[in-house]
Amino acid sequence: MGEPGTQELLSLEELEAAGGLRTGRKHLLSILVENKPGVLTRVAGLFARRGFNIDTLTVGPTDDERVSRITLTLDGALHPIDQVTKQLHKLVNVLKIRDLEPADTVARELALFKVSVDGPQRGEVMQVCEIFRGKVVDVTKRALIIEITGTTEKIEAFERMVRPFGLIEMMRTGEIAISRGRGET
Amino acid sequence: MRAVDAVMECLKAEGVDVVFGLPGGANLPTYDAFYDAGIRHVLVRHEAGGGHAAEGYAKATGRVGVAFGTSGPGATNLVTPIMDALMDSVPVVFVTGQVRTELLGTDGFQEADTIGLTMPAVKHSFLIQHPLELPRVIHEAFYIARTGRPGPVVVDIPVDLSRADIEYEPVSDVHLPGYQPTTEGNQKQIRQAAKALAAARRPVIYAGGGVINANAAAELVEFCLADRFPVTCTLMGLGGFPAPHAQWLGMLGMHGTRAANYAMDEADLICAVGARFDDRITGKLSEFAPRAKFIHIDVDPAEISKNVPAHIPIVGDAKNVLAKLLVEYRALGADPARLEEWWGRIEGWRKKHPLGYEDSTDAEIKPQYMIQALYEATGGEAIITSDVGQHQMWTAQYYHFSRPRQWINSGGLGTMGFGLPAAMGAAVGNPDQLVCCVAGDGSVQMNMQELATCAQERIPIKVFIMNNGYLGMVRQWQELFWDRRYSHVDMGEYPDYVKLAEAYGATGMRFENKATLVEDLKSAIATEGPVLVDVRVTREENTYPMIPAGQPARDMVG
Repeated sequence: MGEPGTQELLSLEELEAAGGLRTGRKHLLSILVENKPGVLTRVAGLFARRGFNIDTLTVGPTDDERVSRITLTLDGALHPIDQVTKQLHKLVNVLKIRDLEPADTVARELALFKVSVDGPQRGEVMQVCEIFRGKVVDVTKRALIIEITGTTEKIEAFERMVRPFGLIEMMRTGEIAISRGRGET
Repeated sequence: MRAVDAVMECLKAEGVDVVFGLPGGANLPTYDAFYDAGIRHVLVRHEAGGGHAAEGYAKATGRVGVAFGTSGPGATNLVTPIMDALMDSVPVVFVTGQVRTELLGTDGFQEADTIGLTMPAVKHSFLIQHPLELPRVIHEAFYIARTGRPGPVVVDIPVDLSRADIEYEPVSDVHLPGYQPTTEGNQKQIRQAAKALAAARRPVIYAGGGVINANAAAELVEFCLADRFPVTCTLMGLGGFPAPHAQWLGMLGMHGTRAANYAMDEADLICAVGARFDDRITGKLSEFAPRAKFIHIDVDPAEISKNVPAHIPIVGDAKNVLAKLLVEYRALGADPARLEEWWGRIEGWRKKHPLGYEDSTDAEIKPQYMIQALYEATGGEAIITSDVGQHQMWTAQYYHFSRPRQWINSGGLGTMGFGLPAAMGAAVGNPDQLVCCVAGDGSVQMNMQELATCAQERIPIKVFIMNNGYLGMVRQWQELFWDRRYSHVDMGEYPDYVKLAEAYGATGMRFENKATLVEDLKSAIATEGPVLVDVRVTREENTYPMIPAGQPARDMVG
């Protein structure tokens, strides 16, 4: 390919197309939006209209009260991520989007598990909970509520462990994520 | 002053010279402000007519169109023009009334969630929650509508807030941190594009509505003439390059010319300018232009690589980018002789497959001839609007548009009933020019009521109904692809358009004779005030050539 600034022509054969490709991995998008009514509806509506399927979504305030942060995950095997981010950028209330690199990101999720513990199972469940550094936040005769924070993988692993005991219900917040190092996410 | 009076001041500051609208309960204060605001207001008969008129005004003048409506049904009637404006990137500000704030969400009388209903159809929208926001929001709405990729913006004003007493201070700047369109184009990418074009042996310039929106027609022509680049335009881009011209291949796409479609099919480099690779252009996507690399110039980054992956993407305004591209291209000193072979091939297609049809041997008016006659009767100079269907395609094929903003139609959404109100808006914006609407007999009835507006306001549009008594394009598809099972497409001889025109206070005419058609059309054009002409054409005529939906371009039929 010719260097910029030279008179050399550009070989068409060597040109490679960019964009529109499916990456095949999970993507974590961190989106700063103006803290105004209806903004979440616009983001969610855009996903619905374009046929993009959101896996998880969290919204919360930031250190600047005029700005909120939406963290969402979606499957890059199903959606062209560049198209998703470009469409999001078109929303007037969207200030910044980052497609976070997994290696440079700390991502966490909070989950609450209600596990049925009849009789001797209680000790075993509590042991598993300890291994996963979970916290028992409610105890009744027949159930425990356990709070776990961690990566999605850790929470899924915990779920697999306690399910056989009798998982009554589980609630997850969806991931929030922050970039490593000194720079802002 | 009242918030609505501040709205009027904002409109004036934005240079608004006309508003199309209809009052109702929830915008009574607004209409009280219109009473002596000194802004021309055209009272439409249906909000959809007002919305399309604002679009026609915007498309014909390049300025922001403005449409007002009330809450509830007023707003829902505007949904079609709003979506139409989004699909065709038309700068229009829609201002709707809303029930008073205490009634919001209570299913109040004439309440509809206007912001919710229009959300997927707007470039942006605002629900006013405090009267002090109003002046700034109105200016932001105009700014968003006209900049970047233009589009519709909705401002929804609860009636109680519109009556509030506020201190009005003129707003001179808008501050939208999340909205910063890229318009200049990356110089390095532009240089790459110039080099690729200079290396190409079978290039095609494929220009769309973005060229018109960016007022970049002169730059497009100059760039194309810097070499012997073959040029084709989309339906929305017609007039962006003057037809006829030695380098003009005609329109491309589903009903485009074979020369244009075959050139795209065999091209080694396609330079898209303000075009979006719509399915009506590409046909079967996987077989679209299989040998080509793509330069894609667009002000909207989301269009680039949306349907067809771009090799050289350039985000920027077509006017800026084409001007820079010209400079870069000239510096390369490419040899036009390399395109000899390519032009030989294109000339072959042109000779073998010119646009054509079998003309009648009697007085019968073929629809294609009707457009040729209109071209002749108007000297090719009129602003032409159209509805959607066969007549739209024939107009695009046979009325050779020579300048931008001369051709106004609904391309993306394909809105029947667009043409008549759009002509009204175009005529209001261009009082010195002849504005004609080529309508279908199916389409025209969808916004017929605006003829009353034209009569009352003395807006002298000339509407030519290509009357075949059918929903023609649907009939054509039923004939070709559904075994001629003509299901619910026959509109019969209803209504009597001549009488109807007269009832509306316009002039009605009916033409049925090919031999006198050009003269008849001239007499209609010479008639003062709005004129509605019923032109009886061949009942069953098909629009050709045609790429059947989902087929590749080289499989064109007809």
